[in-house]
Amino acid sequence: MTAGAGAELAIETHGLTKTFGKQTAVNGIDLAVPRGSVFGFLGPNGSGKTTTIRVLLGLASATSGEVSVLGQPLPGRLASVLPRVGALIEGPGFYPFLSGQANLRRLDSADRYVSSSTRHARVDAALERVGLSHAAGKKVKAYSLGMKQRLGIANALLTPRDLIVLDEPTNGLDPQGTREVRNLVRSLTAEGTTVFVSSHLLAEIEQICTHAAVMRAGNLVAQGSLDDLRRAGQARVRVLTPDDLAAEQVLRRLGLVPEHPDARGDGHADVTVSAPITDDLAPDTVVSALVAAGVRVRGFEVERATLEDLFVALTGEGFDVVQ
Amino acid sequence: MSSEIAPESAPEHPNAGDTAAVQPLAAGASAEHPLSAGASTEHPLDGAYVALARPRAGWAFLGSEIAVLFRRRRTWVMLIALAAIPVLIAVAVRISSAGSTPGRGPAFLGQITNNGLFVGLVALIICIPLFLPLTIGVVAGDTIAGEASSSTLRYLLVAPVGRARLLLVKFVAAAAFCVAATLVIIVAGALIGAALFPIGSVTLLSGDTVSLGEAGVRALLIAAYVTLSLLGLTAIGMFISTLTDIPVGAMAATVVVSIISQVLDSLPQLDWLHPWLFTHYWLDFADLLRQPIDWSSFGSNALLQLAYVAVFGALAFGRFSTKDILS
Ligand SMILES: Nc1ncnc2c1ncn2[C@@H]1O[C@H](COP(=O)(O)OP(=O)(O)OP(=O)(O)O)[C@@H](O)[C@H]1O
Ligand SMILES: [Mg+2]
Repeated sequence: MTAGAGAELAIETHGLTKTFGKQTAVNGIDLAVPRGSVFGFLGPNGSGKTTTIRVLLGLASATSGEVSVLGQPLPGRLASVLPRVGALIEGPGFYPFLSGQANLRRLDSADRYVSSSTRHARVDAALERVGLSHAAGKKVKAYSLGMKQRLGIANALLTPRDLIVLDEPTNGLDPQGTREVRNLVRSLTAEGTTVFVSSHLLAEIEQICTHAAVMRAGNLVAQGSLDDLRRAGQARVRVLTPDDLAAEQVLRRLGLVPEHPDARGDGHADVTVSAPITDDLAPDTVVSALVAAGVRVRGFEVERATLEDLFVALTGEGFDVVQ
Repeated sequence: MSSEIAPESAPEHPNAGDTAAVQPLAAGASAEHPLSAGASTEHPLDGAYVALARPRAGWAFLGSEIAVLFRRRRTWVMLIALAAIPVLIAVAVRISSAGSTPGRGPAFLGQITNNGLFVGLVALIICIPLFLPLTIGVVAGDTIAGEASSSTLRYLLVAPVGRARLLLVKFVAAAAFCVAATLVIIVAGALIGAALFPIGSVTLLSGDTVSLGEAGVRALLIAAYVTLSLLGLTAIGMFISTLTDIPVGAMAATVVVSIISQVLDSLPQLDWLHPWLFTHYWLDFADLLRQPIDWSSFGSNALLQLAYVAVFGALAFGRFSTKDILS
């Protein structure tokens, strides 16, 4: 990696490792988060996402490896980096006996780089942005789970930031809240903020992210732009036809390998014939070959790999937490 | 403050019921919003959002810390309990008007019926071994562990507050509690004493008599002495608080340390150790009640407490500055 490329990265790590006693929670990962991207940080439970985020924010020290955030090496330049970073880390944390507004004012007063004369206005603006204006004066102990989560997000928005780190931001949010988090992330990127969001809700990531990385048991198993990642997954053609045997013959002739079908056709009812396809073969070639061979094509689609397919392919089918 | 949530606004929101107060996040409004991209140039607060080039002194955070400490119900309960002790003493002495047997009970107990000003002094003497360390233990033990247990520690550090600055602010706030605790006893004692007993010029231990005003100054000096005495324990409590994420554990350990120190101080076999115990001078403020004032115990106490603050402050910083915050 050249020095020039480094300046374009909001987060860059080399061989970042964090161990807890004998257990390696994060195992030598090389993260590269481009500036201005919405970066999805994926991985099953216990794969090391939160641990990585704690190291990136200086809460925990790396066992080994190099970390730089916003072009500054950590932990050396932590004090000048953190004022430019907003974060939600493993759920919100507030004083239950203070109101949402009072909590945000207190956290804002901890930051010496912001002006105290605009504190009230900024806190109210952040509360409004997450839809909590009407509950601003309510004690946090009377907040619901989703309201606390919203307050946690508001805390990350107290001032304009260059980088916002959101660890599972939609945890506990209702469908409207989830959707609005997506809108929020979009408006943040429009302002030029880099958003680093960890999640295991893949559909959510797929909708908002430009880049993603996948963790598995402390290792980084994939990283890149979403398009690159999807391309790495396998696309397949699906043909809906009553002439399944003829269709399979055509596909084989084109060099494809049809998958074993769920059901065989009887010449009348439609069945699905599917086969993995690569980018070299244009879908229209397949359709015209099928039609030319007299196959009654009643449905045709090219199915792109979803992030979920990729995720499962990379992290395994198993349900048990690996470490 | 739930009254601020207008119930009539509920029907306007799709999610009625107890989430009525919650509007959609950034719904629609984001385009006109001061923090969002499009409108930011027209907003009056615009320039103010630019981050300051150089950090400010950050007194606001100290103010916030002290406000949070003194807004907690727990703090009020402790201060009220401390204020109740002189009241209890005064009422008890008043009811048993026969007067106490000389030589029994704490020093100065017998003087109360002659001069109500002594109520506060007697109450302090009673509170110093246990009640005051108990309240200091709660406040000092909670400093870091309390923030850790409520998950606010990570947000303060990311804000960023700075680890050394957080310790300093926490110590100053805890010291403010020491001042409040001592003053509450002295003031409550003076008030109840004035209400139940005659008040007048005070005869000092040296036999001299001083005016009421001068006696008030001496009372404040004693309050300062006791506050100072508690600073060493405060630093110890803060250090213990950096060792754990469980505030109750840190609080209990701090109180236990103060008791152990007093026990050691009472064993004549450990004479050599006594001048090094932070509790050693705790009750030695009688010299402030002489004319002229003998400052020697005040000076030794101040030096000893300062040394404890320096040592345990450094230990707390050493521990906290490298600690992984995993709470
Ligand atoms: N304080 C700790 N002490 C010991 N081990 C820990 C600690 N915190 C995390 N770990 C371990 O580190 C690994 C990674 O945990 P981490 O919290 O980073 O996972 P995660 O990817 O955030 O999971 P989730 O999706 O459930 O939030 C886990 O195996 C966990 O057991
Ligand atoms: Mg996590």
